[in-house]
Amino acid sequence: MFDERKLRGSSTFPPHVIAEIQRAADEGLYYIRGAGAKRRVPTFDDLVFLGASVSRYPLEGYRETCDTTVTIGTRYAKKPVELKIPITIAGMSFGALGANAKEALGLAASEMGTSTTTGDGGMTDEERRSSKTLVYQYLPSRYGMQPDQLRKADAIEVVVGQGAKPGGGGMLLGQKITERVAEMRTLPVGIDQRSACRHPDWTGPDDLEIKIRELREITDWQVPIYVKCGATRTSFDVMLAVKAGADAVVVDGMQGGTAATQNVFIEDVGIPTLPAVRLAVDALQELDMHRKVQLIVSGGIRTGADVAKALALGADAVSIGMAALMALNCNAPLYEEDYEALGTRPGFCHHCQTGKCPVGVTTQEPELEARLEPKAAARRVRNYLTSLTLECQTLARACGKSHVHNLEPEDLVAMTVEAAAMARVPLAGTKWIPGSGGA
Amino acid sequence: MPKVDLSTDTVRDLNQRLHDLEPGTTETDWRVINPMGAHAVAVGLEASVHVEIDGHVGYYCAGMNKEATVVVHGNVGTGFGENIMSGTVICHGNASQSAGATGHGGLVVVKGDTSARCGISMKGVDIVVGGSVGHMSAFMAQAGHLVVCGDAGADLGDSIYEATIYVRGDVESLGSDCVEKEMTPEHVAKVRELLQRAGIEADASQFRRYGSARKLYNFNIDHAANY
Repeated sequence: MFDERKLRGSSTFPPHVIAEIQRAADEGLYYIRGAGAKRRVPTFDDLVFLGASVSRYPLEGYRETCDTTVTIGTRYAKKPVELKIPITIAGMSFGALGANAKEALGLAASEMGTSTTTGDGGMTDEERRSSKTLVYQYLPSRYGMQPDQLRKADAIEVVVGQGAKPGGGGMLLGQKITERVAEMRTLPVGIDQRSACRHPDWTGPDDLEIKIRELREITDWQVPIYVKCGATRTSFDVMLAVKAGADAVVVDGMQGGTAATQNVFIEDVGIPTLPAVRLAVDALQELDMHRKVQLIVSGGIRTGADVAKALALGADAVSIGMAALMALNCNAPLYEEDYEALGTRPGFCHHCQTGKCPVGVTTQEPELEARLEPKAAARRVRNYLTSLTLECQTLARACGKSHVHNLEPEDLVAMTVEAAAMARVPLAGTKWIPGSGGA
Repeated sequence: MPKVDLSTDTVRDLNQRLHDLEPGTTETDWRVINPMGAHAVAVGLEASVHVEIDGHVGYYCAGMNKEATVVVHGNVGTGFGENIMSGTVICHGNASQSAGATGHGGLVVVKGDTSARCGISMKGVDIVVGGSVGHMSAFMAQAGHLVVCGDAGADLGDSIYEATIYVRGDVESLGSDCVEKEMTPEHVAKVRELLQRAGIEADASQFRRYGSARKLYNFNIDHAANY
């Protein structure tokens, strides 16, 4: 008789590892997929707020205001970006996303008074029309990079790296290089496109300073210039971005998503958002530039609590990508047979690289794209952004803050030793911050 | 003719004056003196004007040019004419790295030599170099033409897409997926036309043509060593 109790799975070789070894043996190529890191990492979930009590008093939820406005680009830009909420939409390309998804994100961001961001391939007319405040990414590939678009942007984001693949370039596999995408990127239709990982005309922080100066000259110093880095050596990167003249720094933690890259990049390169935000704030404070150069944090932001915790640690705003796509219906339990055809299920799907998105978000196929109606989708994203904002305000009021930027590290404690060490807030119930030298 | 002296005026002043020109302006001929290696000189031009620069300039001179003609009587730093959309930019001396990088259209001419990565990620621009180009030139070049009257450094045309390279002298080595291709009469005529536009005299029949083998366009395990 077969005795199930005698089966012991290997921690070293669990089923998904065995499956990957056998896939690699079949195909001889690294696994390329979309979305962000799936491994467990320390996150904002490991922090909790110390709500007001006798020693602090809270604000009334419906009667006392809690401001959420943010200004980005106060250092040099003649026209800084004014946001009504501290939550922006991260850079995602037309190509990675379909036109309907881009339009929906733009409409929702505009209604909420926040910004959305272009991606590899340049700016589409649809997204410029739908986005009141549009950040233009300046990427290593320079696909579709046109000075006319640069001048139409409300801010410019020089992308050095992103959290899903710090040190790597973008990918867009052949099935998503349609005629329109190929034309925008000056590429042959159907190729497996690998974007450059380094900018073609500058190397290192001294060159970056000159590059930023050129972009300012071309845009007559009108709009803010951000520098976006994947979270790795965050202290150095933030300091060097400030030294190079950035108006704002975007730090993208390893949970940040991608449309397609090597799985080994997604899971094994970069640091989580939690330590990255603290390192970035420390770097800005060391330079006396905190709140002078704005910090935008991204990578795995899902809830208003995540937003509030990032702000409490010192960020000026956050940026969301994957979560916004989920508001558009990414991984929703719809068209389940199409998930099955991809070898996945709702809740597990990371198959953006295939271009066969069952819910019409990360696809260029008209039949699939039609499943995403831009206005209805925009409404869902707007609702989601509203919920995030309300949650963030709820927590800020509970801590007695009349502006979400008044949240501070002192309002937080950690639930785990590792989160305490990374966020540099005390372990709950103690005064202990691991690594700080305190008792 | 407006004349801007960069020993007294700033680059900001110069660029703003050039950006403020209305369509149909009569101020079409400009002279810039004493650039003294300044960066971002005459960048982002959109008007059909002619700018002569007497002296050496730094990075990104004539970057993102549209319509204008910018002529440098000296050497240029990194990224000369980068991301040019149209118009013509000419350097009568030598150019540093990444000349004509990512250019979408127009013409970039360097009468002397260029350093590494000339024409990197070019997207339709035509580049004519009177001398030699450094290593990794035309890396990931997508469209357009690179004409080199001298020699080319190592790894020419690495990971090239649909751009075409013509070299008259020696090629130290070709990069991944870049191969020599037949030089037909049509190609000789194209080189002749580009040389004529650039104002460089050379025998077009002496050039060899290079382009993509198109073996890296889609992932293929049998080509893994080239990735």
